[in-house]
Formats: sequence, C-alpha cells, structure tokens
Amino acid sequence: MAVTVRIPTPLRKLTNEQETVEVESVTIGAAIDELEGKFPGIKERLVGEDGEVRRFVNVYVNEEDIRFLENRATPLKDGDDVSIIPAIAGG
Amino acid sequence: MSKSAGFMRALKCRECGREYPLEATHVCEFDFGPLEVAYDYDKIKKSMKKAALARRPQTMWRFRELLPVANEPTVGTRVGYTPLIKADRLAKWLGVREAWVKNDAVNYPTLSFKDRVVSVALSRAKELGFETVACASTGNLANSVAANAAAAGLDSFVFIPADLEEGKILNSLIYGARVVGIRGHYDEVNRLCAEIAGKYGWAFVNVNMRPYYAEGSKSMAYEIAEQLDWKLPQHTVVPMASGSLLTKIHKGYQELIKLGLAKDSKPAVHGAQATGCSPISAAYKQGMDFFKPVKPATIAKSLAIGTPADGFYALKVMKETGGAADDVTDDEIREAMSALAECEGIFTETAGGVTVGTAKKLVASGRIPAEDSVVLCVTGNGLKTLDAVQRHVGKPAEIKPSLREFEQLIEKDSKVKSK
Repeated sequence: MAVTVRIPTPLRKLTNEQETVEVESVTIGAAIDELEGKFPGIKERLVGEDGEVRRFVNVYVNEEDIRFLENRATPLKDGDDVSIIPAIAGG
Repeated sequence: MSKSAGFMRALKCRECGREYPLEATHVCEFDFGPLEVAYDYDKIKKSMKKAALARRPQTMWRFRELLPVANEPTVGTRVGYTPLIKADRLAKWLGVREAWVKNDAVNYPTLSFKDRVVSVALSRAKELGFETVACASTGNLANSVAANAAAAGLDSFVFIPADLEEGKILNSLIYGARVVGIRGHYDEVNRLCAEIAGKYGWAFVNVNMRPYYAEGSKSMAYEIAEQLDWKLPQHTVVPMASGSLLTKIHKGYQELIKLGLAKDSKPAVHGAQATGCSPISAAYKQGMDFFKPVKPATIAKSLAIGTPADGFYALKVMKETGGAADDVTDDEIREAMSALAECEGIFTETAGGVTVGTAKKLVASGRIPAEDSVVLCVTGNGLKTLDAVQRHVGKPAEIKPSLREFEQLIEKDSKVKSK
C-alpha cells in the first residue's frame, strides 16, 4: 500500500525539498497525521485550530477536491495520488 | 533583495500578517493565506495630489503609485481609462434612478478588464527578470497575456479549458502564444497550473505573480471615482468569478478615502454570479461566511470558477459595505446582454450580462433602492462570446435587390417610422 503525496512549494522546506512523499494511511486525515510524524510542523500548516483543513488549502485525491468527496474521511487506496494546492486567483 | 521597492513596502499575508520580500511568491508559508502588496501610504500621499493627477496621461497608470511596480511600467502602458457612460435608458430598464456603465469591453488592447491586471503582472515580471510568462485562464486572461507578452517580447504559455469559446481560443493563438487546452473545467486547469508553476520557473500571472496581478483591478475603482468627479458611487455591481475583482474595487475605494482623494460616502459593493456557478452568491444567501465549491455549468464561461480563491473575502466585503449577492440564469444573462445592447449600444460578453441581469434583480428586491445611483462593471466584449447568443438574436431579413421586395418587407413591420 503506497499513496503518493505531492508537496507544494511553500511546504518543501519542511520536507527537505522533497516534491513527493509516500504514505500508507487509508484516509486523508490519517495521511496528514502520518506526514506530521515524518515532518514535524506540517500538520499545523494544513489544518486549522478547528481541526479542519485550512480554508486556503485545497486537497485533491486523483484530481478530485476532497470537499466533493468525504473531506478528511476521504478513503485512500494503493496507487492514489494526493495533491495539496494553495487556492489560486481567477482568470 | 531589499524588502521595499518604489511605493511598495513588502508582501504581507492577509491572514496572519507575516511579511515577505517583494518576490514572485503568492502564499504564506505558514498558513497558506494569500499574500498581498503592502504600500507606504505616507509616501504615496505626498506624491498623489488631485492637481498633479489631472495632468497625467489618460491610462490606468495615472494611479501608478498605487500599482505594484518598482519603476515606471514597461508593459501595457496604454491600458485603461475606459469610458464611464451615463446609462439613462438602461436605468429605466433596471428600474433605478441613475445608472452608469464602466465599459471595459473596450479596454486596450484585448477588450476586457484583464488588460489591467496583466500589464501590472508583466511589468513586475520583467522587473523580477522573467522571460517567460504564463496563466491559467477562462479566456480573457489568456488573450491579454498572449497579446501583452507578444508586444513586450516575452514568451508565453496559456492554459485554458479545452471547451472554451472559439473566439477566445483564436484570440490567444493569433499572438503566437503557446496555447494548451486542458480537458477539464477551470478549477482543474488551475490545479494543474499550480503544479506546473511549482516545477517550472516561469511568471504565472495568477499563481506566483498573483499579489501584483490582482492589484491591477484596483485601477477600475480609481477611474470610476475620478470620472464621477471624486465621488464614490452609492452602489457598484461587480461580476464574481474568483471574487478578486470585487475585493480589489472595494480596496481601491478605501485607498482613495485613506489618501483623502474621496470622501467616505460608504460605497456598497455588490456581487453578481451566474446561477450555474454561484458558490459565492449561494453562501451569501444562506448567510454563510464561507462557500461550498461547485462544478460549473453556465454560458458565462469567463465566470465559471467553482472554487473561488477570494470567495471568503468577497463575502466579507459585501457584508461590511452593505452590499448583496445574487445570480442569474443563462436565459436572464442573454436577456440582460440584449438589454445593454439595445439601451446603450454596448455589446458585452456573458459576464456583462451577469452583471446587468443581477443588478436588475438587486433593484427588484430592494437591495439597491430605486432612488439610488449604481455603477455597473462591464468587464468583457460580446464579440468574444458570439456562440452564447448565436441562436437567440434572430436572423437578418434577406431579399432580392428589388425595391418592391423591400416595400413588402417593411409593410409587415409595425415599428417602422416615416422619418
């Protein structure tokens, strides 16, 4: 079981400049905790004091926004791609 | 790099206030909050007096101190200062005492308000040493990046949803831009561009250049105020895609108040969306301070952003200024496009139909009182979205080159006048 997480530029200082990281968790919420174990401080950047993903952070599983799925409970399976992306201005 | 430059002081996180150098970066490393340009307003106040302004050229750059470039602009130096039209016939249609149209459908050079943001972003990109510029776009931004980059001798990449209106695609290709159509909607184009921007060292105008880019929209507010003889409008109706334009028009008005150039007459700013993509309007109606993302389905493709980056701030501005949000269906959009064309001779794209149609709804619901005055921000040109109205405006009558046939034709037309 391996899920690939793409790390956005603003967080790469925490991941020793790694662009992708492999995790083994079965939900998004657990994956964030697993990242925190590997790279202390990263969870605080992604999750606000209310325990929810920060409002300017978008998380995608295989190109789908987790807010269209099950938010932090969104399940992960082997081979999934997770992207963490800051919100972008209009065009 | 020194932190301040020209009239800019630093980049500052809108959420936590942390400051960053004036580089090509858009997100706070701490909380992902958007970075915004902070200015030295004392310095600006000394340089920006009404009398001096009156002598400057009629472009958006007459407000140069409030636009985020370190030196004189080098790209899009002729952009802006579009007409503000007193729209008496449209006011009747809207049911309001007085209406004005800020007509960015004739902005230079690519006929939309995007020339404002792009000239700022590309001028700043050149200052920062970039040679390639790029954007994620619903069309108008792509056109403007392609054209302004060409004129500035910069290479450009534009990323668009593959199903965009043909006019908007051709309007990017003609300038020699590399156009990449993505099989997906704008939010998917955006997500991909965020990843590309992380990998390639280009100036993405609405990604890593966003703090500079977004500030260009303020020029619309400065122009409206000056064109109204430095009185801020009672009501301004603004189309919302990401919500950025609405927040920047508000910021523009507030800056003029801060600098003593306009009196604080409490200008209300209202937001307009298409019902088929109305996350901000829906949140407003439900009294929520945050929106729920949607999958867009509307003819107003230039507004089809289901995950609006500035939605949160747009809701806040409307709440603070006494503004409101509403939305209109595809049929109402087309009806409003026709109304603006028939009343004022202005052919706007679907986004303009959204603004005009929503304004009518806001008047009908009393959100904009009938005895008040309103400015409508028309941001794009109808010639770019012909597909949207093609089967809805009728066809020309066709006759032989014969006077008799012409007479037969107009006999049936009761509207023909004798002089």
